[in-house]
Amino acid sequence: MDKLIAGKTIQVNEEGFMTNFSEWNKEIGEALAGESQIVLTPKHWELINYIQTEVKNESPLSIRKIGKSGVVDIKEFYALFPNAPLKTATKIAGVPKPASCI
Amino acid sequence: MKSLVILGAGTAGTMMANHLNKKLNRKEWDITIIDERKEHHYQPGYLFLPFDIYKPTDIIKNIKDFIPSDVELIQERIEKINAKENSILLDAGEIIKYDLLIIATGAKIAPEEIEGMSGSEWQKSVFDFYTFEGALALRNKLREWEGGNLVVHICEMPIKCPVAPLEFAFLADSFFEHKKMREKVKITYVTPLSGAFTKPKCTEALEYLLEDKGIILESDFAIAEVNNEEKTIVDYGGKSIPFDLLVTVPTNKGDELMERSGLGDELNYVPTEKATLQSKAFENIFVIGDATNVPASKAGSVAHFEAEILTENILHYIKQEPLAASFDGHANCFIETGHQKALLIDFNYTHEPVSGLFPFPGIGPLQLLKESVFNHWGKLAFRWIYWNMLLKGIPIPFVGSHMKTAGKNF
Repeated sequence: MDKLIAGKTIQVNEEGFMTNFSEWNKEIGEALAGESQIVLTPKHWELINYIQTEVKNESPLSIRKIGKSGVVDIKEFYALFPNAPLKTATKIAGVPKPASCI
Repeated sequence: MKSLVILGAGTAGTMMANHLNKKLNRKEWDITIIDERKEHHYQPGYLFLPFDIYKPTDIIKNIKDFIPSDVELIQERIEKINAKENSILLDAGEIIKYDLLIIATGAKIAPEEIEGMSGSEWQKSVFDFYTFEGALALRNKLREWEGGNLVVHICEMPIKCPVAPLEFAFLADSFFEHKKMREKVKITYVTPLSGAFTKPKCTEALEYLLEDKGIILESDFAIAEVNNEEKTIVDYGGKSIPFDLLVTVPTNKGDELMERSGLGDELNYVPTEKATLQSKAFENIFVIGDATNVPASKAGSVAHFEAEILTENILHYIKQEPLAASFDGHANCFIETGHQKALLIDFNYTHEPVSGLFPFPGIGPLQLLKESVFNHWGKLAFRWIYWNMLLKGIPIPFVGSHMKTAGKNF
């Protein structure tokens, strides 16, 4: 479905995850973060870049993996993206949420 | 003579030994397979063992019985792969040279990755069912358990057979109902993902299952530790879930041999081209099954389809042709839902599981993404197919290595 955000129309699924990464830009990232009441700091951006690179390499994401990324530890990750950090961070990064086969 | 060496005689390695034994020119090629284990386990049976549906003898056979007599089986521990020298170092010091190597060393659980998991409650009230020992210990526990909080839990993805924990929860519901003690058991399903189902069509079609069976869902739970004293699992966000019986799927990792050999990623999976199954680091090393890092499910059916593709590509490689066979991520799995019913799913890298009829479009007889008694029979019949056809590399009629889109409701 279409969603108007940061002056641009993007494609999202039922849960608001972007379905076409090529539509993502930093302004959209900031606006998506705003919807989760998050103001993005340089540390947030560093992690978003890391997540986007991992997804591009088709490497599965997990919270523990992010803790070993060298960008943040797990405690810091929760502080940056409270509640369900991986779900929130992937949504802002414009990539699919980590999924299983069903 | 040239030498092809296969590491691992599990599902994938055994299938490759059988395929290549028939397809390679044996006047030019020697085939060797190395695995220190003596037994071949039908791993899908680990799901049924805890509920006394299968006996140990149903799922264990001799590893030797499935290796062709013209293939040399070496039953020793492998110390290291020296990829730059095209050789394998065995524990006893023997060196085996290869021209072509196939890595099929699988994945296994690593409970030590989670703090407290392999602590004082391990196999007392904390169990896995991804090993024979774990599944058997759990069977013995379930035979006498009187009820309480049963927590079925996944530590982190990726895991072998991602639906197995969900099947475990469904079968547990059925098992306790049959024992007339369902009301004494609270079943909670705990996942690091955003739900029990994460794909839109599956969520829509299957969400009713948890509610119907009275299974409580705890999602987005990233485990930090098992607290053995309080019998709780605690997540990084501070949430804590109590258990009387914890059935967990620990972190899965590839074989430590990859770490020793410098061939694995952070979870010891081997970086592999997802279409050709060639390793990314060395062109004469191919990787199959759970040992790869390809974004397909870690499952026997995936290894089965990969084996057909990889056989073609090995023949191409030997003839110095482009690796034309391309794996599409095809998986085909029965999912037990309890009460003698099961689902069937069929999907690949790009297509999520959907409803429809399989294997014949419009005819079936198997229904996709829908519970049926027929699918349950299919799952039980599969054990025979595994031992008698799949491992021996005999094609399963009408089920090709590439996923078909016909007959499906996309």
